[in-house]
Amino acid sequence: MSTKKNIIALRQKKAIVEKGGGEKAIEKQLAMGKMTARDRIRALLDEGSFHEYDLFVQHEEKNFGMDTKDLPGDGVITGTGTINGNPVCIYAQDFTVMGGSLGIQHARKITKIMDHALKMKMPCIGINDSGGARIQEGIGALAGYGEIFYRNTMASGVIPQISVILGPCAGGAVYSPALTDFVFVVENISKMFITGPNVIETVLGEKISQEDLGGARVHAEITGNAHFYALSEKECLQQIKELISYIPHNNEEKAAKVEPKKPKFKKNIENIIPSNPKLPYDVREIIYALVDDSKFFEVQELFAPNIVIGFARMDGETVGFVANQPMYLAGVLDCDASDKAARFIRFCDAFNIPLVTLEDIPGYLPGVDQEHAGVIRHGAKVLYAYSEATVPKITVILRKAYGGGYIAMNSRHLGADFTFAWPEAEIAVMGPEGAANIIFKKEIMEAEDPDAMRQQKVKEYIEKFANPFVAAGKGYIDAVIEPLETRELLLHALSVSRKKFDFRPVKKHGNPPQ
Amino acid sequence: MKNNKPVQAENPDFVDFAITARKYKTLLTKKFLSRKKWENPSPYEIFSSIPGTVVDIYVKEGDVVEEGAPLMTLEAMKMQNKIEMPFTAKIKKINVQKGEQIPKDFLIFELEPVE
Repeated sequence: MSTKKNIIALRQKKAIVEKGGGEKAIEKQLAMGKMTARDRIRALLDEGSFHEYDLFVQHEEKNFGMDTKDLPGDGVITGTGTINGNPVCIYAQDFTVMGGSLGIQHARKITKIMDHALKMKMPCIGINDSGGARIQEGIGALAGYGEIFYRNTMASGVIPQISVILGPCAGGAVYSPALTDFVFVVENISKMFITGPNVIETVLGEKISQEDLGGARVHAEITGNAHFYALSEKECLQQIKELISYIPHNNEEKAAKVEPKKPKFKKNIENIIPSNPKLPYDVREIIYALVDDSKFFEVQELFAPNIVIGFARMDGETVGFVANQPMYLAGVLDCDASDKAARFIRFCDAFNIPLVTLEDIPGYLPGVDQEHAGVIRHGAKVLYAYSEATVPKITVILRKAYGGGYIAMNSRHLGADFTFAWPEAEIAVMGPEGAANIIFKKEIMEAEDPDAMRQQKVKEYIEKFANPFVAAGKGYIDAVIEPLETRELLLHALSVSRKKFDFRPVKKHGNPPQ
Repeated sequence: MKNNKPVQAENPDFVDFAITARKYKTLLTKKFLSRKKWENPSPYEIFSSIPGTVVDIYVKEGDVVEEGAPLMTLEAMKMQNKIEMPFTAKIKKINVQKGEQIPKDFLIFELEPVE
């Protein structure tokens, strides 16, 4: 009899805490177009799979009238569950409880579930919706952030870490997402900045809205802090589910294999690239033509669109694609594109995802702004990431491969396992015009008609060097292939690389350019 | 967000974009278009290197000021920064007033050489 009574008491107790900040606060949350923290978790995880821990944790602050305040769950919900059967650890900050502010117990709930994720080797998903540090708790809140950052760093490269920004995420709080592998943002809902518009206006006199300063679009397109951009929370949760399907649970496993499918993209792969090397095309069409079901899950679609990165499947297994995009900025490498590619390459390498590089690059972006922004150290990240990676690395040179761009884009010299080139590929130290201008400077200057001479020399250079056969003749290219053979060859290369083992010198860790 | 439509090479938005000696047809990004154009700085122009408030100005137009002499105090991030004369020259124009709040890269003083 008393057991029954206790069970009923437990249910009542749970029901109260599960209401979070109460009906009024929930109404306010919904009025902002946001879901509640608990609904978000329920919508993301498989039905009935969520199990919550630390529901009854309470804050311990005694100052500033906090001793009389009851904060259900201390403003964060933590637990485990599954997404399409894949186990995940998850936490979601509850904005209805004191603005989702972070105190030490709130942080300890988060670090506890992170520790769990790391020990049990499963992905950790954090849903951020918090006004920031709980000022009443003072330095305790700072300690909490620090303990989260430490765990983000320890877990980096061991388990996939995903941050979802569904509300404000300001001040120190932004650094946890920045340390994780993928950041999801939603239009009008996500706000991320170190110092908000108020401080900026007081200190610097610069007026800017939250949205313009650190809204979803800004982080997806300008800063590169976000990897996935959605127009609604529902779309965002769908994107997370899709991402989870492409990545493994941890660094000792491979992503789950799905049933292999043929590409369904109808355009002939031979007809996508214009034969005039100066004309653009959408390199994603090449990817559609190569991958299973023509499904490509693009990462950082809006940021530095001159390089395309993302996941697809070949023979049912996850492959990471890196491709120059001639449609934007002629497909050059610049600071942003280098950062974008390098971090993706390192993710794939850490989590056993083979890399396929599709190359059509005219070189690096010229400009004072680029040089002063540090294109040297940014560009170096790509060299480092490719050289360091021990997963199978395959390159297909589609068209141009000039100069430093050729070296950077997973060349044989950086350790590519397979390098293929299409017959129209031009592997050269630079574009024919530039090369002819330098090599034949004297002849051109001394000619009666310098323009005619220049054109003739450019033509000669193109005939002799703007092709894949010079590089193939030196063994830098393994095979010159027909576009239609590409998928078969990639499938073959991936299948023979399954057991690849590549030696790396023992070290504490490298020191990649930052 | 996915834009799976094929892109035509003759898209009217494509512009000529020069990389070394060759021009490519391509689209430009918002970030590229809004980048700051480089201008060779003139030694005779003194810009604010940080936004802030003009606390005091110690010189007036027409003054010949010795190298190292104080020109003004600019308060920024609660720090009072003393702006000094970079080399001996004449103050041609002062574009700020005491108490004024100025942004970063604001042209404060225009100088001219002393005859």
